[in-house]
Amino acid sequence: MPSATLLGQSVLSGIFTGGLYALLGLGLSLSWRFLNVINLAHFGFIFIGAYLTYQLAGVMGLSPLVVIALILPGLFLLGVGLQWLFARFDVDEFASLLVTFGVVAIVEAMIQWYWTADFRKLETHYGTASLKLGPFYVPVIEAAMLAVAVALCLAGWAVLSFTYVGKALRASAEDPAIASAFGVRHRRLSLLLGGLSAASAGVAGAFVALMATLAPAQIYAWIGVVFAAVIMGGLGSPLGILGAGLLIGVSEAVTMALTAPSWAPLVSFTLLILILVLRPDRA
Amino acid sequence: MTEAHRPSRACPRAFRRFLLSALVGAALATGIAAAALAQAKPVRVGGTLALTGPLAATALVHKITGEIYVEQLNKRGGLLGRPVEWVLLDDQSKPDLARTLYEKLVTVDKVDLLIGPYATGAILSAMAVAERFDKLLVHHTFGIPKMAKYERQFPAWALGPTPEQTVPTLVMDALAASEKPPRTIAIVTSKFPSVHFIAVGAREVAKKKGLKEVLYLEFEFGSRDFGPIAARVKDADPDLVFMGAIGLEGNLLLEALKKLDYSPRNHYYAYPAPGPMATAADAKGAISTTIFEDQAPFTNNKEAADFAKAFKERATAANIPYPIADVQAGVSYTAWQLLEAGVKATKSLDDKAIAKWIHDNKVDTVIGKLRFTEIGNYGDDLSKIKQVQDGKWVVVWPKEFAAPGAKLQVR
Repeated sequence: MPSATLLGQSVLSGIFTGGLYALLGLGLSLSWRFLNVINLAHFGFIFIGAYLTYQLAGVMGLSPLVVIALILPGLFLLGVGLQWLFARFDVDEFASLLVTFGVVAIVEAMIQWYWTADFRKLETHYGTASLKLGPFYVPVIEAAMLAVAVALCLAGWAVLSFTYVGKALRASAEDPAIASAFGVRHRRLSLLLGGLSAASAGVAGAFVALMATLAPAQIYAWIGVVFAAVIMGGLGSPLGILGAGLLIGVSEAVTMALTAPSWAPLVSFTLLILILVLRPDRA
Repeated sequence: MTEAHRPSRACPRAFRRFLLSALVGAALATGIAAAALAQAKPVRVGGTLALTGPLAATALVHKITGEIYVEQLNKRGGLLGRPVEWVLLDDQSKPDLARTLYEKLVTVDKVDLLIGPYATGAILSAMAVAERFDKLLVHHTFGIPKMAKYERQFPAWALGPTPEQTVPTLVMDALAASEKPPRTIAIVTSKFPSVHFIAVGAREVAKKKGLKEVLYLEFEFGSRDFGPIAARVKDADPDLVFMGAIGLEGNLLLEALKKLDYSPRNHYYAYPAPGPMATAADAKGAISTTIFEDQAPFTNNKEAADFAKAFKERATAANIPYPIADVQAGVSYTAWQLLEAGVKATKSLDDKAIAKWIHDNKVDTVIGKLRFTEIGNYGDDLSKIKQVQDGKWVVVWPKEFAAPGAKLQVR
């Protein structure tokens, strides 16, 4: 049997990983539910954010916080632009999957053209720093990332639950015609949501740059598990994706601590299948 | 200048005329030869590389090396008096696509010769195509010798026929000869085929050498979360972490260990990404195997030194963060050397004749003298041990190959 420290440390590691899944999938979940866009380009936006963070913080020496403030407006506009194109050409849900897959490929090629295919690592003095809490170590960057993920998911939930914008988005997703009759301007809202989703990808990208070594092909590294978290959490549910992300992350980590780590990737999809069987309304 | 060497004052005009004629003649001859080379039908060498996809970072090293080699080859007259053209296609890191592209190179592009792609999976695909069309295939980095069954394939990666035994033996022998030999070992391996079988072999070798195995873990290639694996390594606290790692996997484990405030005492990685590993703050003392590095004694050979210099210039210009020629660049260069040697020795482009010559002869290359007479046309295992010291890779074992003043550091 593993020691309590090993198990506890692994659970902690799983919580951080789960937080990352939630952060990566938040925008994807919202745009899928409220805009009917299965936006694979979200992963491209994440890596645009990551490489810009690498460039501005690593090469030019700016603070990552300043970098986030700089890249968010750009990614917001990118998201607005993409959503405008979807609306302009009336792209349906399935077509959006294909179109945005193409966008990811273009983003990957552009990143490789500018930064080459070689690995890029944003080195910071706090990159591998940890706080010691009793027998456990809490990595500083991961803890900050988890705090941001929780904050964004809570904010998303609050906006959707308690504000006019949130209610209007939900009404539009339920019945656009009736919502429109009540004065909801779906087009404007969809542009806003497209922009915010892309901006959330920028935040996720900044943390990816701080936590991981970058290579263009790694755009695809998280797609499978993040999709699983999005579906498990329920489309358009910020708290749902946070819970699903944490569940997957912790389950994977405990699997790695107790059994062969090579079994861990099976966990997310086994959980997904179980939930789809038991709760088919989530599909 | 002595009197005997001075031109005769009696006929200065005749001497100048002679000198002028000689210069004009030489220039004309050079020009005509260059023009003839330029006009001759090129020898087309076809191959693929993973220019995009997850293997692209390393494939870029092979692209730069190939470009340097072909350029230099053409400067010294090409092959059989003809210029050489490298027909390079992108297999996108996909072995199935590599198979299709090699078929295209043979049947549509009708290249004269083939050169291998990068990475074991793609090379296996290319090998199958070469076998179907009876083509010679010289390749750079095939990692599983027992799977190389085609008689006209030749590996530049001089791993020997049984690296699953020889590589772990080399590593453990080097550490055993140190002032603090390890007694316990943790083996952590990716399931990527060309590193997994070496890790499995390491279990057997460790047993024979009397090292106690305190942990054995396998993880999927592409895993991103190494936190729980690091926690298990820390919990086991071995004298030696032997990691079947490829690419960034070693870095990911080290970063996760660092976050647990743990540094492995001695740690080996099979095929690490050289730049990120060398420059990582927590990689001090990391060891790996190599066949070529940009340092003496490898660069005592002038051709190797010139290549390493050219590589550094090109890689820097290409904005590669770690622009130093290492094992990947060395074996890539070697593959081209094998091809050139075979063509020049047989004075032909006949695949069978060149294959027979390579098989029957030893070939001088930048990584050493190669032979191809063992299983899978492998020869000697030329691996050496290198270690990260002061932020760069240094060859430390065997002693005769150690960089000047370098010594294996153990904890």
